[in-house]
This record gives sequence, structure tokens and C-alpha cells, in this order.
Amino acid sequence: MQPVNYERHWSRTSALMWIMLILWAIFSFFIHMFVDTLNSIVILGFPLGFYMAAQGSLLAFVIMLFIFAKRQDTIDRQEGVAEE
Amino acid sequence: MAKEYTVGGGSFLNNLGKIYMIYTGGFFGFVALLAVLEQLGMPNRWIGYGFVFLTIAVYALIGVLSRTSEVGEYYVAGRSVPAFYNGMATGADWMSGASFVGMAGTLFLLGYDGLAFVLGWTGGYVLVAVLIAPFLRKFGAYTVPDFFAERYGGSFARLLAVIVLISCSFTYVTAQIYATGIIASRFLDIDFTVAVYVGLLGILLCSMLGGMKAVTWTQVAQYIVLIVAYLLPVVILSAKKYGIPIPQLTYGQAIQDIGNLEQNMLAKGLADAKTLKPHIKPFTTYDPLNFFALIFCLMVGTASLPHILMRYFTTPSVREARSSVAWSLLFIFLLYFTAPAYAAFSKLEVYSTVVGRELDLLRPWIFTYGKLGLVKVCGADAISHEAVKAACAKIAQHPGVVRLQDLSINTDVIVLSTPEIAGMPYVIAGLVAAGGLAAALSTADGLLLAIANALSHDIYYKMISPNASTKTRLIVARILLLVVAVIAAYTASTKPADILSMVAWAFSLAAAGIFPALALGVWWKRANTPGAVLGMILGFGVTLYYLVGTRYFAVSFYEMWSFLATAKPEAVAKFAELKAAFAAAAPEGKAAAWTALDKHAQGIASWYGVKNISAALFGLPVGFLTIILVSLMTPAPSRKVQDMVDATRRPSGELIMSEKGSGMVGGH
Repeated sequence: MQPVNYERHWSRTSALMWIMLILWAIFSFFIHMFVDTLNSIVILGFPLGFYMAAQGSLLAFVIMLFIFAKRQDTIDRQEGVAEE
Repeated sequence: MAKEYTVGGGSFLNNLGKIYMIYTGGFFGFVALLAVLEQLGMPNRWIGYGFVFLTIAVYALIGVLSRTSEVGEYYVAGRSVPAFYNGMATGADWMSGASFVGMAGTLFLLGYDGLAFVLGWTGGYVLVAVLIAPFLRKFGAYTVPDFFAERYGGSFARLLAVIVLISCSFTYVTAQIYATGIIASRFLDIDFTVAVYVGLLGILLCSMLGGMKAVTWTQVAQYIVLIVAYLLPVVILSAKKYGIPIPQLTYGQAIQDIGNLEQNMLAKGLADAKTLKPHIKPFTTYDPLNFFALIFCLMVGTASLPHILMRYFTTPSVREARSSVAWSLLFIFLLYFTAPAYAAFSKLEVYSTVVGRELDLLRPWIFTYGKLGLVKVCGADAISHEAVKAACAKIAQHPGVVRLQDLSINTDVIVLSTPEIAGMPYVIAGLVAAGGLAAALSTADGLLLAIANALSHDIYYKMISPNASTKTRLIVARILLLVVAVIAAYTASTKPADILSMVAWAFSLAAAGIFPALALGVWWKRANTPGAVLGMILGFGVTLYYLVGTRYFAVSFYEMWSFLATAKPEAVAKFAELKAAFAAAAPEGKAAAWTALDKHAQGIASWYGVKNISAALFGLPVGFLTIILVSLMTPAPSRKVQDMVDATRRPSGELIMSEKGSGMVGGH
């Protein structure tokens, strides 16, 4: 059992939250502001700007959430506040 | 023991994988059996019956087998649903009949701009996972309003949360029951009103006896049906056309072909630049402000809708609540990243085989849907070759071939017609109907339960009769569920156009009413009762004012706020002209003049040009600012509340709210 450190747990949790929100903002908004530029790149028939809104960002959200779940769990364990 | 044989019991939970594998295999077997029977000459109508009745019967069976007499099982499925399965259930809960049937059609019509919905309805789960779900799970609430009551000291905050919950969920559930009625009436060939009540019966059998527990296990079953039904036709289509059964990869080719056809149509005069929205060109329907505002409001709305949040109350631990959000999004992703493929394939089909074709040579699927009023050519329902020719003859200088501007296709047609367009057997069309039905039923179940639980748990038990026995509480919960369901079904049976168009409001209303107080409640200890209460009222109030004002009182809204509107000078001049026409109109012409004026005003009444679907763009900042400012001006929450927030933030330890003596399983 790790020593319990509530304060460090919350500051690490908050830091992870901000990282997630920044990534969320990038894939939700920022990247789509450059749709016209990205559309000049075409892969397998997909203009990249269109692709990012139709698949790319969605895929990023899914991957982000699995990594988040794992990462937050590690933080909980390291700071001694995990369940069990 | 009887418990051994109930769905949701111990042996059931230990064998989930096996049980749902057998179920999925059985479903494929059933589809194969119907396919064989079709080849042997079974009429289409019977295939429709087979799909509708058998799937509803299976859901109902799961619902009945999951009956329960325990409060914890009724409200939160005994907190025993593993992350993976809760993910599937959330997927079904989330994806409505409209997502299933209409999403691809929206993308067909709007092209790139429609992707705002795809993004908005997936990215919101990042907010759910990071900001909200794990904390609500630790809190141990039965309903979302429970959190508001505990965190913001009492009944008033609870009542506000219930009001927001009902106002965003009721129109939504009505739309789901309406969708059930439409699908059932089409495939059973029965009257719409009867079909609505058939759907209602299916919904009640799934939810009434077992509450959340029953809804969970039927939603898992419904997810499997809906995802198979969504993927199978387009996978077959992709394999047939491009030799690779991965439509999500092959539709890039279709997009290229669409681009070439668009150029061709313009060059040959088959489309005018005004009607043709190039498929990949951004900001043809929404300007960038509205595109991003819509994404934002849909995402925050997702993270606030109570019927979604309450799904994460059912996992065995906080850790599983988090990974469950990830699974949910994966399962939702499977549908949403396929929808653009449907849209592209259909568009390619329409552009290459409908536009430019002589009226005599139109293909039969056009008339199948024309008869249902879903496809119009030259402004008239495409019932037959003759009807189409007659309608087009009335248009001056019509070239005798279909032009893009002659064609109008309802968004529902895209998914429903794909099997026919690709020449697949009728059994696939029946499968798609079963999928649409599963999507509508599962969302209706979740929403009804959210509304009924708020009434039975929050209003009845917590506010009116706190000493009620478990037995009374469950009886009241079931009666309220029945009452809400019947009211929603009755409303749906009247085909209320207004209510159906209000569904899009749910996201903005939920976002503005719930999100600021919920997120700050966890992440900012200083948020206190006066701040939260005022913030909810003002945020929700501003949003509702904007929605109702721009939709129902557009003329006066525009006049009051014309300095914030972004109407072009011509539009302003036209408004003045129509207003003068209304004032001058004779009594019998008043109504028509008003309709014209009101319609025009709806197009220009706005603050900074923001469309009404994104009303939370105003409500959210108002909500956040009010909570922050008022909280800072009033005393900090008590030590007890602050300690409670601390405990919410740590996965370990006891649940914060716990049911006394009802055999609840705590966080273990």
C-alpha cells in the first residue's frame, strides 16, 4: 500500500484533466479551423480536412479516453487512493 | 434458488460473455433463416413481422426476467454492470432512432457541415469521462438531481435539477416513441397510432418490472441488433463495389467520384450553383461561428444529459466508470464513423444514376419512397413515372431529365434505401428496420427511466414522503413510469410537429441548466448554494428565452434585439416591407401576412447570428459566471460540504450517499 497523499493526488488529477481538455479542444475545434488547408492533402481519396472531422478526431477521442482511464488509475494507485 | 435464473443475478453476471455470444449467434441465425425463407418465397410482409415481433419479444423477455424488488437494483442495477457491457448499454441509450435513421441523411444533405453532429455527439464523452462520470459514481447518487441536493444543500437545487431534466428529456422521449411508431407502421403495415402503442408496450415490458437493471440488459441486446443492422448493409455494399468490406476506408474513392460528378453536373446544367453544396466544402450551411458553436453545445449537452450520466451510476467501481466511458465512446464511434460512408455511397448513387436520367427511366426505389412521401421530384411526391412527368411538365423549360434542384430526398431515406439501392434481398431491409427500432426503443427506455426516477425518487421519496417503505417506493416508481410513458406515447400519437422540432433543444437546455453547477460542484469547492441556484436559473433561463424567443416570438425578439442581429441590409429592408404589408393587410389577409413576416423574422432574429440550436452558447457563460460571482460574494460552503467534495474526488472509501438497509452493494 502506497502512502496516502491527498493533495498530490488532486494536483496530478487536475493536471491530467487540463491536458485532456487541451487535447479535446484541439481535436474538437482547433484542427478544424484549418480544414481548407488540410483538404489539399488527399489520402486514399479522403481530403485530410474532411477526414479529420469524419474519422480522425473521433478516433483521437476514443484513444484519448482509454489512455485517460489507465493514466488516472495509475495516479490513484500511486497516491494511495485507489479502490480496494 | 430462483435468483439463479434471473437476468442480472450472480450466475448471469458470471456468464455474460457466453450469454451475449449465444444471443448474437442466435440473432445471426435468425437473419439467415429469414433469408432462406425469403428465397423459398415467404412474402416481405412476413419478414417485417418476424423482425419486429421477434426482437421486441426478446427484449421484453429480458425485461421480465430482470424483474426486481430491490431499490438499488431498480435505480442503479445493483451497481454491478461491468464497464464493457455498460459501454454497450450506453451506446444504445445514446444512439436514438434519429441517429440511426437520420444521421447519414443529414450528412448526405449538408456534406462537411453535417460533421458538426458527428463530432458533437462523440467528443462530449471526453467531458463526461474527465469532468463528471467518475465523481458522480463515487458520490453514490441514484439520480442526477441527488447530487445537486447533496452538494447544494437541499430541495430547491434538487427541484431545479428535476425541472431541467424533465424539460430536456420529455420532448426527446416523445420523438423516440414517434420514431418507433413510424418504423413499426412501415414494416408491419399498420396504422401509425396503433404502432405507437405497440412500441409503448415494448418499452414498458423492458423497463417497468426491473427498472435500471432490466433496461441495462435489454440495451446491451439492443446495441448488438442495432450495430449489426447498421454495419451489415454498408459492408456488403463496399465489398460489392470496391472489393473491400471496410466501407469506412473505401468511401474515400466515392468522395473523389462525387467531386468529379459535381463538376460534371454544373458543366452540363444539371445543377445550379445555388442548390449544389460540394460534399467536402466546409461552411456551406453553417458559417464557422455556427459550426463550432454547434459542436460545442452538442458536446457540453452530451455531458449533461441525465439519461446518459445515470448509466455510469451502475458500474461496480469508480475505475470501471471511467473505462466504461471509453467503451461507450468506442461503441458509439462504430456507428458515427460509418454514417459518412452511407452518405457518400448514397450520394454517389443519386448523382450517377438519378441526376441526369430521363424521367421515364427512373429506378424503382425512387417510387418506393416517393409513395411514402419521402422523395419528391419536381415538387411532387414521386409516386410513379406519370406523376413525375406531369409535375416536371409544369416547370418552364424543363429538359426532361432529372436535375439536382428537381430532387428532394428526406434524410430518413438514405439508410433505409441502401439495401434496395444495392440490390440486396428484402431480409436486409427488415434487418435495418429492426436496428432502427432497437435504437429508438433503447433510447426511449433510458429517457423514460430518467424522467420517472426523478419523479419517484427525487420528488416523491426525497421531497414528499421520506419515510416510504421500499415496497411503496417501487410501486410508486412503476406507476409513475407507466404514467409518463402513456403521456409521451399519447403526445407522439398526435404527430406534434412542434415537439419533434424541439428535440434539438434538449442539448442546449441540458448544457446550460446542468453543466456549470455539476462541473463546478466537483472541481470548485468554493461553489455554494446561492451561486449554483442562481446560475442554474439564469443559465437555463437565458437559453430557454433565446430558444423560445427566436422560434415562437421571432418578430418581437428581432425588434427588441435588432442591434445584436447580423441581418444583411436587404433582409432588414424586407422585414420592414413585410411588417408594413402586415399592418396594411385587410382582416382576411392578416394571418397570411403575419405568417410571412414571422417566417422571415425567424431567419434574422438572433444575437450575433447564432442559430437557435446553439442557444447554450449564451446560457453556458451566463451560468458559469453567475455561479462564480455569486459564490464569491456569499459565504463559502460549510466544512461538511467541502469535506464531501474532497471525498468525491477520491475513488477510495465509502460512497457518499448510501441507501440505508436495502442491501446495496457499495464500492468494492
